[in-house]
Amino acid sequence: MAELTVSDVTLGYEGRAVVKGLSFTVESGDYLYILGENGSGKSTLIKSLLGLHPVMAGSIQRGDGLEQDEIGYLPQQTDVQRDFPASVLEIVRSGLAGRCGLRPYYTKAEKTLADENMERLGITHLSRRCYRELSGGQQQRVLLARALCATQKMLLLDEPVAGLDPGASEEMYQLVDKLNQEGTTILMVSHDLQAAGKYARHILRIGEPLFWGTKDEYLEWQKGEMKDA
Amino acid sequence: MLETLQLYFSYPFVRYALIVGVLIALSSSLLGVTLVLKRFSFIGDGLSHVAFGAIAVATVLGVSNEMVVVMPVTILAAVLLLRTGKNTKVKGDAAVAMISVGALALGYLLMHLFSTSTNLSGDVCSTLFGSTAILTLSSLDVWICVIVSVLVMVVFLLFYHKIFAVTFDETFAEATGLHAGRYNLLIAVITAAVIVLAMNLVGSLLISALIIFPALSAMRLFKSFRAVILCSAVLSVVCATAGILVSILGSTPVGSTIVAMDIGVFILCWIVGKVSRR
Ligand SMILES: Nc1ncnc2c1ncn2[C@@H]1O[C@H](COP(=O)(O)OP(=O)(O)O)[C@@H](O)[C@H]1O
Ligand SMILES: [Mg+2]
Repeated sequence: MAELTVSDVTLGYEGRAVVKGLSFTVESGDYLYILGENGSGKSTLIKSLLGLHPVMAGSIQRGDGLEQDEIGYLPQQTDVQRDFPASVLEIVRSGLAGRCGLRPYYTKAEKTLADENMERLGITHLSRRCYRELSGGQQQRVLLARALCATQKMLLLDEPVAGLDPGASEEMYQLVDKLNQEGTTILMVSHDLQAAGKYARHILRIGEPLFWGTKDEYLEWQKGEMKDA
Repeated sequence: MLETLQLYFSYPFVRYALIVGVLIALSSSLLGVTLVLKRFSFIGDGLSHVAFGAIAVATVLGVSNEMVVVMPVTILAAVLLLRTGKNTKVKGDAAVAMISVGALALGYLLMHLFSTSTNLSGDVCSTLFGSTAILTLSSLDVWICVIVSVLVMVVFLLFYHKIFAVTFDETFAEATGLHAGRYNLLIAVITAAVIVLAMNLVGSLLISALIIFPALSAMRLFKSFRAVILCSAVLSVVCATAGILVSILGSTPVGSTIVAMDIGVFILCWIVGKVSRR
């Protein structure tokens, strides 16, 4: 069974549907790009996949041993406050908080995991620094390391390169690609068609019309759409 | 001056006041950082007014120990405020304003109508500004205070990492298996408990100052969560101790003296923060 099976889902708020008839699957190790206009419901979909927002109709099923709290998440940047006093190490380790139940401290193994994830993302030298004083690209790496502390199985990234300069964006894409090569399933919301062409295995388009398929199918389909227009 | 202090310390009520003051300052400052960062400080303000209303009711009913009534009522109010505050921001704000002003008005009305005291305005003033309450603590008050504040600190230490995670990013915490709602509830309940305690020290109108100032001061100076919490605790305890001593020596009102210290320290920290950032 696939890690995620989304069947005929309707998403929306307070009885008003935003997306209808959404169906797709995500296999283990997949790299899915989610494209769509602003306001088309991409972030809403992410919240529903995380179990934070109920679907109005249809179902989202998890399989392949994926638990609800094994889906890591990189929020759209606005969520984190500007004036929050927190060091990089504190934030990365906070990704461990969900897994320790009632235990009030982090074990040695957990701390080592946090250190390893910082190493993987090249932010070990920043560990004592204050989060809010880092550059946008560095902040995203910190949040990515935090997500990896919560889970290595699946990551949902909501517009991770929004607001980054081209160089930092490219680094971010390569990092995420590396994580995917190392076995993490990736779902990424983005506007960047070029990057999608380069890295995606599957593409999901939200909005009118809906589309889900492999990258090549998407490119074919897009050509057809253009001709129709 | 030292001799005067020595003399005062030979009185048990002065020692009680100091113990209670330090404990309250400590627990309120631990909480303050979280409340400020979660933009929850308005709840603290609302709750302190509810506590005032509850005290009025307790006085009217002639309950011998007010805390027994005030503590549960305030905790209940905290839970309710959190529930309503969840729907939307605006509604939550309005709900807090409604409850807090309502409790204030009705509380005063009740005291006015039913109080048998000959010095009503004195009573009201001391409830609002905590003028003498701390020097008239019974040993039961002291015990309640010690137990509750130790409880608050223990809970805070046990859940420190989770409170940080939920404070920093509620959505992420929720997604990765922390029940953010439960921790918000925990925070609200602790806040209510601390507020009821702090009423003894500074009175209900000044509680927010006790909770917020040390946190804001510490945030001027430090950049990690742990350092801010530690600094805020130290500042709060120092200000409370100094405030109590000054108020005893100079016979000034305890609550406002402590808050004046907090404000002074905040200004100092603000300047130091500005200068060192250059
Ligand atoms: N909390 C909310 N309550 C009501 N409507 C919302 C809420 N969040 C988003 N929406 C609406 O749902 C639609 C989809 O939003 P969103 O999923 O954030 O879009 P995207 O991430 O694709 O830009 C938008 O029209 C938005 O106005
Ligand atoms: Mg979005």
